[in-house]
Amino acid sequence: MANDEVASRAAVSPRTRPGRRADAARHVDKDRLTLDWYQDKIVQVVVFLGGISAIVFIIGIFLFITREGFSFVVEKLEITEFFTSIRWQPTSEHRPTYNILAMIAGTASVTGLAMVVAIPFSLGAAIYISEFARGKTREALKVLVELLAAIPSVVWGFIGLSLMNPLIIELFDVPVGLNVLNAGIILGLMAAPIMTSIAEDALKAVPDGYREAAEAMGATRWQVVVKVVLPAARNGLLAAVLLGVGRGFGETMAVLMATGHSINIPDSIFDSVRALTATIAAELGETAVGSDHYQALFTIGIFLFVVTFTINLLADLVVRGVRKG
Amino acid sequence: MKAKIVFAAAVIAGLSFGSTAAEARTLIQNKGSDTLVNVAQAWAEAYRNVDSGVAVAVTGGGSGTGIASVINGTVDIANASRAMKKKEVDLAKSKGQDPVRHVVGYDALAVFMHMANPAKTLSISQLAEIYGEQGEVEKWTDIGLEVPGCKGQEIVIVSRQNSSGTYAYFRRAVLGKKRDYKLGTLDMHGSKDVVDLVEKTPCAIGYSGFAYATDYVKIACVEKGESGNCVSPSVQNASDNSYPIARPLFMYTNGRPKGEIKKYIDWILGDAGQCIIQEKGYAPVREVKCE
Repeated sequence: MANDEVASRAAVSPRTRPGRRADAARHVDKDRLTLDWYQDKIVQVVVFLGGISAIVFIIGIFLFITREGFSFVVEKLEITEFFTSIRWQPTSEHRPTYNILAMIAGTASVTGLAMVVAIPFSLGAAIYISEFARGKTREALKVLVELLAAIPSVVWGFIGLSLMNPLIIELFDVPVGLNVLNAGIILGLMAAPIMTSIAEDALKAVPDGYREAAEAMGATRWQVVVKVVLPAARNGLLAAVLLGVGRGFGETMAVLMATGHSINIPDSIFDSVRALTATIAAELGETAVGSDHYQALFTIGIFLFVVTFTINLLADLVVRGVRKG
Repeated sequence: MKAKIVFAAAVIAGLSFGSTAAEARTLIQNKGSDTLVNVAQAWAEAYRNVDSGVAVAVTGGGSGTGIASVINGTVDIANASRAMKKKEVDLAKSKGQDPVRHVVGYDALAVFMHMANPAKTLSISQLAEIYGEQGEVEKWTDIGLEVPGCKGQEIVIVSRQNSSGTYAYFRRAVLGKKRDYKLGTLDMHGSKDVVDLVEKTPCAIGYSGFAYATDYVKIACVEKGESGNCVSPSVQNASDNSYPIARPLFMYTNGRPKGEIKKYIDWILGDAGQCIIQEKGYAPVREVKCE
């Protein structure tokens, strides 16, 4: 009702030429008083706050972790040793050391293997859901993929610790089953659902005209997928993989339980390793606030933040590429 | 309609009455050592029958967590399976806390192996060569053992996360002050995880509180020096100090305990409390007669 009033007044005002100025002034005054005007302003402010909140939080978190870790980085950290030595013995009584090479290797190897597991699975699932499955099968698959994404990471970790460990010892005849292979498979299965949904979106974004044109030229469905749809969705698929990598890097609970949490540079997939995130999770709660150990853990936090930020930024840039092209 | 309103009012009144009753209860925050968490929970439960006006909230997380909360002043009683270091006490004092130590029991650290492992006794020096940095024992065959089902006879060394009190005590007792653990041990996040992993891994060796022992793992008889006499971990052997890797268990309070906290600690150190700790597989601080 109030809207109608404003609209009718706006429509009337140009017609009454002589007193236009005075009328316009009165119009503005009256406009300010309506409930709609306040509502509009309030919604504007709320939406603006919502919009910038992500940025505020990100900056806040970054400031917090750098504040906690900064003095350590500046005063005590040997930056080259930090990245090139595997010695992480923060509670040693005679010589505490804080170096993260082994954990970088652990996180990288587990994430790498996870991608080897997840890429074929998620790409296959995405292609099937988007290009081949129809009707009920398709809907059922989509729901199932989403359900898989909803399994909590501690449950995955538990599967790794108590189910996969004896299985790997038995199958591969190795000393211990908590290793890169175990964590890689677990993490691959965890990352696959998210990668599948993003990859599927990318495939769906390819205009149907492409497919129709290819089919009109006599291409089979497989040829359409491989030669037309996949190349057209290339950037979106790459973004899916990068987000999967980001997921792998950031995952904590499952890798803490499945890797064996052992400081070690792996030379095969049957070696136990330790991840950066798992180290923070296992140790941060038990260190005195402000101690060297505490600050070293925050330094790992800064490093992780920078790496995941870079990965997400890359994914974002790649997706932007897809929109332009 | 009227009946509904009356009913709702009654519910609200009931709720508010309930909450005032809860406020009248004293809450004691108790946090720390995973080794002690089972006992602490049993104490808290039993104490409910002693004094219903006191509720004890128990959380685990490791001795480091407990000690960190003493330093930060966020807990009433902290459980720890190691003593606070001088540095930690100083840090606590600089933050205005005054940690006071109470010995509440003793714990034998058992060395666990897979059931298939033929080993019976292990000496402290063998353990040191297995666990210690630059230790020479890498394979079970290095100490003259052949473990069936263990690929390559490679020893899978299971340890604890580095902030655990068990980790710190085992290092002190087996490796000595100047030696660190080998890099590449599997650092489990809890005593129970160690036992679970050893149970399923033929090559593994691990350590945890004796109370976490199950029927599915083998417990080593530990020999001190080269005497040839070994001692198995038990409540009795931990109390009389004959088992070489037994340690005191602590509770820390901020200042001398007062009021409800003092009553609670006194009860723990009394016969009732000490019988509970013995029942859970730890050694009491003195001999007690329990039913």
